[in-house]
Formats: sequence, structure tokens, C-alpha cells
Amino acid sequence: MKPPRFTYFDPHTLPEALDLLQAHGTDAKVLAGGQSLVPMLNMRLARPAVLVDVNRLPGLAYIRDAGTYLAIGALTRHRQVEKSPLVAARCPLLSEAIRWVGHVQIRNRGTMGGSIAHADPGAELPAVVAALGGRIVLAGAGGDRREVTPDNFFLGWFMTSLQPGEMVVEVRVPTAPPHSGQAFVELARRSGDFALCGVAAHVELDDAGRVQDARMALIGVGPGPIVPEVAGVLAGERPGAAALAAAADRARAAAEPEDDVHATADYRRHLAGVLARRALEQALARAGGPAAAAGGAGA
Amino acid sequence: MTTRWFGARIPRSEDSRLVTGRGTYVDDVRVPGTLHAAFLRSPFAAARIKSIDVSRARTLPGVHLVLTGFDAPVLRNPCPLLIPNPQLQHPKTQVPLATEVVRHVGEPVACVVADSRYEAEDALELIEVDWEPLPAVHYLEQAAQPDAPRVHADLADNVAAHMVQQSGDFAAAAAAADHVLKLRLYMDRGTASSMETRGLIAWVDPGGALQVYDSTQAPIPIRNFMAAMLGLPQSKVRVVAPDVGGGFGPKVMMMYPEEVVVPYAALQLGRPVKWIEDRRENFGATTQERDQLHEVEVAFNRDGEIVGLKTVYLHDQGAYCPYGLQNPLITGTTLPGPYRLRNYHMEFRMLYTHKPFVTPYRGAGRPHGVYVMERCIDALARHLGADPNDVRRRNFIQPEEFPYDFGLTYQDGAPLRYDSGNYPEMLRMLLEMIEYDQFKREDQPRYRAAGRCVGIGVAPYVEGSGIGPFEGVRVTVEPSGKVMAATSVGTQGQGHYTSFAQIIADQLGVTPRDVFLTTGDTDKFNWGTGTFASRAAVVAGTAAHLAAAAVREKALEVASRILEAAPEDLELADGQVRVRGVPARAVSLGQVAARAMPLRGTLPSVDYTPGLEAIRYFAPSVGTFASGAHAAIIEIDPETGDMKVLRYCVVHDCGNVINPMIVEGQVHGGVAQGLGGVFYEKLVFDENGQCLTSTYMDYLLPTAREVPEIETDHLETPSPLNPLGMKGAGEAGVIPVAAMMAEAIDDALDHLGTEKITEMPLNPARLRAIIAAAGALPQAR
Amino acid sequence: MSKRTITVTVNGQTHTADVEPRLLLSDFIRHTLGLTGTHVGCEHGVCGACTVLWHDPEDGPLAVRACLTFAVQADGAELTTVEGLAPDPEHLHPLQQAFMDEHGLQCGFCTPGFLMTLVPFLQEHPDPTDAEIRAGIAGNICRCTGYQNIVKAVRKAAGQMGGGDGA
Repeated sequence: MKPPRFTYFDPHTLPEALDLLQAHGTDAKVLAGGQSLVPMLNMRLARPAVLVDVNRLPGLAYIRDAGTYLAIGALTRHRQVEKSPLVAARCPLLSEAIRWVGHVQIRNRGTMGGSIAHADPGAELPAVVAALGGRIVLAGAGGDRREVTPDNFFLGWFMTSLQPGEMVVEVRVPTAPPHSGQAFVELARRSGDFALCGVAAHVELDDAGRVQDARMALIGVGPGPIVPEVAGVLAGERPGAAALAAAADRARAAAEPEDDVHATADYRRHLAGVLARRALEQALARAGGPAAAAGGAGA
Repeated sequence: MTTRWFGARIPRSEDSRLVTGRGTYVDDVRVPGTLHAAFLRSPFAAARIKSIDVSRARTLPGVHLVLTGFDAPVLRNPCPLLIPNPQLQHPKTQVPLATEVVRHVGEPVACVVADSRYEAEDALELIEVDWEPLPAVHYLEQAAQPDAPRVHADLADNVAAHMVQQSGDFAAAAAAADHVLKLRLYMDRGTASSMETRGLIAWVDPGGALQVYDSTQAPIPIRNFMAAMLGLPQSKVRVVAPDVGGGFGPKVMMMYPEEVVVPYAALQLGRPVKWIEDRRENFGATTQERDQLHEVEVAFNRDGEIVGLKTVYLHDQGAYCPYGLQNPLITGTTLPGPYRLRNYHMEFRMLYTHKPFVTPYRGAGRPHGVYVMERCIDALARHLGADPNDVRRRNFIQPEEFPYDFGLTYQDGAPLRYDSGNYPEMLRMLLEMIEYDQFKREDQPRYRAAGRCVGIGVAPYVEGSGIGPFEGVRVTVEPSGKVMAATSVGTQGQGHYTSFAQIIADQLGVTPRDVFLTTGDTDKFNWGTGTFASRAAVVAGTAAHLAAAAVREKALEVASRILEAAPEDLELADGQVRVRGVPARAVSLGQVAARAMPLRGTLPSVDYTPGLEAIRYFAPSVGTFASGAHAAIIEIDPETGDMKVLRYCVVHDCGNVINPMIVEGQVHGGVAQGLGGVFYEKLVFDENGQCLTSTYMDYLLPTAREVPEIETDHLETPSPLNPLGMKGAGEAGVIPVAAMMAEAIDDALDHLGTEKITEMPLNPARLRAIIAAAGALPQAR
Repeated sequence: MSKRTITVTVNGQTHTADVEPRLLLSDFIRHTLGLTGTHVGCEHGVCGACTVLWHDPEDGPLAVRACLTFAVQADGAELTTVEGLAPDPEHLHPLQQAFMDEHGLQCGFCTPGFLMTLVPFLQEHPDPTDAEIRAGIAGNICRCTGYQNIVKAVRKAAGQMGGGDGA
């Protein structure tokens, strides 16, 4: 398990990196945290001719409060996000979800931009961005930037709309407004593994405690983060068991799972419903709304 | 007998090296000029090799040698059959490098030796093999079909072995019994996955001897086979098992193809050659275990007495069977467990499949036997509306019934005859520890009222351990007063350096820190078999005791001449021999050692050996039978099928315990592996015989978050078969876990009316399917 | 293929070497520098045996997997391996001593990775709960101990390092 040969560049400026990516096109892969790419290289399942190591680029590791969203530099390590009081205060969903990413050694190297660009269908961070309707900022040739919505970015199994020559430079995650609640729940086969199914949920209440908005994203049950429309069944009321069950139905219907060695498609679809309900219950409770007397068993 | 160190909970002497990074595992052995080997392995489970073209690989810069089986007979001829048996009618063993047909994914066909492992792997990509894929046999029942593809074309079918053993008359007993239940039970395949993979380095030293460091559990047999296969005098081959990063069974196998090819390459090149298995290779190149399918009939009376049991089962052997039929044989002879089982019929067929071949993995067929027996106990208790533990008590062999002979033949060819134990007391201790009655009476109803699925399971077992043929130990007191000991068995983390030192120290009146043990070096000890079957402490430990006792006798005899006192008036203590009650009249052990090897004069008699030294062998004619019982309280989330262990308790009886800390560690580790096999670890093969779980992302070894705290207690029923009363401990932890967890899961879901567990391993999806099939979810009341 | 000259400080010693860009940091530490205490168990980032400390100027020592990093990426970096943990063989790090005292290792192969993971863990969690310890070491796999005595050793080391009561 030794990687094949490649040509290695470690540019020291962003324009230099973008020029290299432009010059080498589909032959080049960006090396950021390397926590997903290097295993693929060691197994010789990925064989890029060129690696552009972006770890020495300055100014791409930051977490900034931009009011309605947090701007997170692509090279910000997971661990910095995890430990950030700003993230905890302003985007608790991200703070909660990032603890589910691998283990501490992975989070010490793994990057925000890398997780988004890799687009693993079982990965947590794409779900957060998708659920909250964040933005992914890409830089391309000549430093041109474009902002992409999650639905236009995550296209399928490990597929994104990143073009050859482009890289993720920033991820924008909306901050939580007042009277909102968020929750991330997940079931993995084993601690630190990719999710069998995970759900990122966000609800907003009005002054009367009625649901004003509700959003969620599912992972592990389809080719990318899946965003079922749940606001419709929850909005305008104090959601009880029936409304939560309806939302869970939406989650089940939206899931596009497949069989694999860890679980059947049927099971994953079922799990999407269970975890969607649990995530919404938690989010509602945190929003200060009715703590969902829906019941349901389980720890 | 002084037993000051025996039984003491002392830290291990080997640890200071290991915690500071100064261990020497095989990949840490650095020899200047070392080249690195990599193997081209079959990507097919079944294929004919039409041609192999290595010409491009040979020309790659950095490549020194490319070998295929066509290069020498030793590289293409079958490796030895290690344990023949008359019932093993059609043994087939692996070849180092396949030239005609491959029979499992991962089977080696070529070897590249290059300046670095990186370049060797580059060269593998340049080897062109023209494969003709053949249909694969990938599961047991398929292999048993008469029209199944044959794994070995020259055999009439896929049956490697067919064995029947019986005691009493099952048919008559079943006809007379009140009830007969039938079960069909399955256990799937797993792998030992020691954290250090296999590997070896071989070179020819300036004296012309082949030096081999090998991550093996059996260095002496490896040395013997290696010398024979390579045509070298045994005295010119040295095999050392250095620090070994876990074994658990598969590292007993011999000869692995690499253990032939790597030294061959070193001899050809006159350069050191190293091969370290990588983790992906490990999933195809190292042996596996556990797939077995049992049909069971259990006959019993309405009072819970089991009057007969019949099991007919299929064992998936994979492509070859160098280790014979040990695993399924051990299953059948472990099945009776602590119960008076008369009228027993065990019958198995060992089948070839196109999967990596099978040799013992910790437990070695025992978990299956306990699983079958305890599933029967649970089923018949349910049938009778009884508590399974009442059924257990009803059928236990009683303490006064030892030795207890089942009329069967065990894996060592000796009668299956238990030497000692106290099963009723063991169960009593366990149920008290886990508060079984309270759980059943108060806790479980409360959980159920709250809509929670919490259950309890129990499983006792008896483990054959400490079998022959023999092991030996040499104990030497040096003039420095330090004690050197050398033994044939290697160590893979079991703490032999410490526990053997404790045994020796007791005899010689020194501290374990003064005893320096060498294990697993064929130049230091010439005879032995290896570390397997929970036998090192019993067999080599007893040899250490006997050798140390002989040295003690000699020290007393020599010292009596120095001190002019009768030997019976002397004692060994504090590194001295001294006159009892007169501590001033003493001579150090070092001085005694010096006197035992005089420079002038003569030795007292012809058969008197010089030096304060003795070699002793221990060759038990039968094994000793350890036992234990596990219980756990678990919770299942009925909506997700996820499972959590809330409490885990173990009572363990391995006779007299040398070092409780070490034994507890063995139990903890075994339980963790057992839980892996229950809920996390499963080798999944597709219809083409491809393993779909060949990385640590898919083959799920439990982490600290999956393994619970384990509460342990010891019961000590000494074995009468060896002077220290020891029994084996190494495999114990893993043996009853599947059986016990199945009972716990059934108990947790019992009120839902679920189908009972008949397979292992499980996973959340499977448990959820079982719950869903039963209908409604539990409701909080 | 062009090699690169890199300079890496390991356990306070500065090393300069020419390396292929594809050389893994784990192989560089073990085979180029001969520091074989760092082990390799899976080479795909799951088992944690290769964990070393990477000193970040801002965040301090970070436990990272050496098998998922190329040696060239460590050019200019400061690392600590298990060989650098004890000041000298007579004075072990409290974690090393606790692993010995509590039988926190059997074959010892995974142990260096656990130790290196635990050094920054105890800095962050001076008085950890068992649940925190288990979460902290979940990125390291041990096949021998069942983890129980490792957890016990961490509690003990934490107590000795002045964090908790070590209970």
C-alpha cells in the first residue's frame, strides 16, 4: 500500500495554486488535509499525475462572522471549527456535526474545504451546508470567484460542480437566528465511521412558538446530501406527533439509498425517517418550542 | 513450595521497552542493504493462469528479482500438511506461487524484489497475467451441492473431510425423550486482524547461515520446514520471532507462501530481503475463520434434562487445509460444555470454497460449539417456560464427577476427559455478580414499562487447553547470579517474560526481575511447537517450573558442599543459598553457579551435568479443561436496531493463576474480539468470491467506544494434571460471547415476539429487520 | 523522479534528507530516520498506530496520522514521536508509567500511537471522564487489551499529572 508516483507542487500563493490547477486540468488533484485522498493514493485507487498541495497557502484558515453567515476559509481544520466558540455560539449545528467527523487525528488535519469538495455521501459537513442553505465559494483561473448553492454544488456520489482548475476557497454557513433550534443526529456502524444515516435539522419559531421555517438534510441515504421539503408539513403549527410523522415520511420518501455491506437500502430508508423525527424533536426542543410529545421509544 | 511470586499481580518486565518505542517488531529489524519484496496476488477467486509475463517488470529500474512458480520447484510445490487425520480424506495445501490455477483472491502468483517497497509495487503493475476466470464457490451450501464448481479439479467434490463421532445412541434417546427441538444455526467469517500484520526479513550472514526474523507464533517448526524446503541443514537456519504485534492464531500457520519465497529470494540475491504484509493483503493472504452451518436436534425431558443432541454441520475451509480439520473437530468436542451430554452425535463435512483458507483464530471452533449448545439451552428453556439457568443447573457436571469422560476424541487425539472444575459455583458467582434475579424481577419489567428493550444473557463454557505434545525450558543460573531462561514458545503479548519469570523466581529464591527470558529464537532453544491452543502457560510454564526446580535441587546439592550442611537444612532466598535459621551462613547463587562449573578437578559423576543449569520438557498426555461464564445486560434501540452493552460480567476459572493482571487482560481482549464477531466484524464475499470488506473502513474492529467495561472475577479449581495446577487462559474471553449475546438479544426483544437469533454476526439493519418482522414497536405504558 | 530536500525536526533533532514526494511520513520516520517506535498498522488512516505529534505554532501539539501525510509536507515541521516522550529511560512520561502499571498494553504494537494521541488529550482534558477518554482514543485500535486497562491507565496518568484525583 504505497502511493504511485506523482508530480508534487506546494504553491505558496493562491494565484500560483490556481495557475497550477489550470495548467494541469484533470491531471491534477488538490491535496488539503489528505485524510480521504491519501488512503485512495496508498491503495492506488486514485492516480493523479499531479498533486497540488494547498497547505502552504496563506490566509485560507479563518472563521469570520459575516452577520447572516460565518465565512470559513477552506483550509480551516475541522478541529479549529470544533473548538471555535464563535461557531458554537453562532452555528451550533456545525459545532455539533463536526464532532461526528472521523476522530481527533482526522480532524486535526482534515479541512473544511476538503470535506466539502470531496462530497462523500456519508459525510457530515455537506449536510450542514445543504440543510442551512449555505454557499460554497470557488476560485478559478485568474482568481475569478463564484458562489455556488449546495444544490448546485453537490451533484452525486463524490461529484460536485467544481471545474478543473477550480478550488474551494471558502464555505459560508448561515448563522442561527433567534428562536431557532438545530440538531445533528447520526447512526454509524462504529464510532467515527461515515453515517449509515445522519440528519441535520434546523427549525425557526415565531414569537408565538409556531414553526416558521424548518429545513433538514440527510446523509448516507443517497448520492449526496438530500434535502427533503419539510417546512410545509411543520410550518404554522406546534408540531405534534402527526406533523413529525409527516416530516419523517418526507425524509423517507426523499431518501435514495442503496444496499451495501453495512445495511440494506430498506433499512437506511427506515432510518432516515426515525432520525429525521429525532432530529426535529431535538431541534424543536432547543428552539424552545414544544418538546415534541410525540413519544416514540428508544434511548 | 514457596508461592511468593506465583499469583502476584506484578507489572510486566517487557513493558518498559514497548512503551518507549524500543520494541523490535519484524519491520523494525534493520539490516544494511535490505531489499523489499511485494507480491502479485490473484484478483480472482477462481481462475486459470494462461500465461505470466514478467519481462517488463524485470527491466524497471530498482528491480532486482522477479520470481514466479516457474522459476523453481520449491516455489510451486505444495507446502506441508501440518496435522493429518484419517478422516481428512482429501487434503490440499497451498503452493508458494501458483502456476496453474488460483483458488482465492489474494493467492500469490509472483514476487518482485526491489530497492524499495514503493518500486516493488510499481513493478507489480507491469506484470501481465492472462487470466481465464472460472466460476467461484463462495458459500457453504453451494460448496456442498454435487454440481457445484470444484475448488480442486482432481477431487470428485468439495469435501475435504467427513468426520462422525458419537457417544451413546442419539436416535434411541430422541425417541424416548419428552421433546425434540430442531435448530439451524450459522456463524459467518471473520479475521484475527492483529495490529501488526505478518512479515519477515531473511538474509545470509557472513558465516553462511540463513537468518530469518519472522512475525510468527511457531518459529521452531518454521525453521524446520524452511530448512527442509530450501534444502539447507537445519543448523544453518535460524528463525527468530522477535516482538510480535499480536497473533491470535493465524500466525501459527506454516508455511505461508511468503515464508518460502522471501528466504528463497534472499538466498538467490545474497542480499537481505524483507516483506511486510500490508493491511489490504492481510484480508486475503492471512488465514481466516468461523463460517460454519449447523443443523441441530436436541432431545430433552420436561424437567429440563437434556438426553441427547445431534449436530450435523458444514465447515467452510476455504481453498486449502494445511492445518487439517482442527477447527470443526474442536467445535464438536467443545459443544458439550459443562453439561452431562450423553447420546451425542457430531458429524461434519469440511468443504473447500474459493475463499482465503482457514486455520484457527482465537477460539478456533470453540465459539461455534458453545453457540450451538447454548442456543439449544435457551430454546428448550423457552419451550418449557423455564429460566435457562435452571436448565443449566439441571444438566451441569457436578464437582464430584471429575474426571468426566465423554467418550469422544479431542483435537489432540486424546480422550475428551475433563480433569476438574466447579460449574455450579461458577454460575452462582456470575449470577450474583450481575444481579440476575434482581434484573429479572425488578429492572427488566421497569425497562419494558418505559418502552425500552433491555435483556440479559448468560453463557458458560469449557475450554480444552494446555494440550501436548510438549514444550521445553532451559534455566541457567549464571555466575553473576542472574537467571537466564530460554523457551521454545514465542510470545505475542501474553506476558510470558513476566509470568514465566514468576514461576522460576519462586523456585530459585530470586525476584522475577533477576530472571531474563528468551523466547522464540531457534538458536536459543531447539525443540518446541509454538504458542497456540491456550497452552503456553500450562505446557511451557510447567516446563519452566520443572527446570527451575531441577536447578534448585542442584543448587542445594552444590551449596551443601560449600556450606558443609545437609541439603535439607538449606533454603534459597534473596539470591542466596543459606542455612535455615542461620542467615549468616550463606553463599550467593552466583558463587554456587561458579562452583558448579569447576576449572580443575572433576565432576562428581558421569551423568552429572556441569553448570547450574537444567532443561526440562513437559509433555502432557491430555489437556486440562478451563472454564468460565459470561453474562451481559444489553439494550436494543427498537427503532434503529442499534445495540449497546450496559454491563458485562465474567467469571473465569483457569486453575491457579500465575498473574491475575495478565489473565484479566487476556479476558478483556478476548471479550472485545468476541463482541467484534457479534456486531461489527464480518467478512462479506460476493458471488465472485470477492471480499467486499477488505479495509478497516468496512471490516469494523471495535474501538474503545464499542467495548464496554468488563467486570471479572476468578474461580480457581486447580488442575490435577500439572504441578502448579494451571489451566489455559488465552482464548477464553472470546469463546462464549456469541452464545451469550444471542441470549441477551433474544431476552431484550422477547416481549415483542421476535424470531430468535440463529446467526452471527448481527448488525443494526438485521436486528431492525427482526424487530420489524415481529410487528408493532414497543410502547411505553 | 525528482527528489526534494526537506528539513524536519523530530524530538528536538533536526534532520535533512532527500525524499521522493510520494514517501509517506510514516516511512520517513521509521525507515529514513530509523525511529521505529512509530508503527504502521493499516496505511489508510483508521488504526492510529502511526500517530505522531505535529507541533502547530498556534494550536500546539496535534496528534496526526503519519500514514496520511507525505514527508515533503512536513518540511520545516516539528514533530514528536514516542522516542521523544520520556526525558530519559529512567524517567518515563506519566502516561508510559501508567500504561505499565495498569497493564495497558499486551503486544505493544498499538501503544505508541495511543500514547501520542493521549499527550494532547490530557492537556485538553486534565481530569477526563471515562466517556471522554473512550472518545479520545476511539481513533486508535487495540486488538489485545479490550481498552479497559488503557482507560484505567489514562485515569491514573491524569491523576499523577495533577489533573484529577486519579480515581
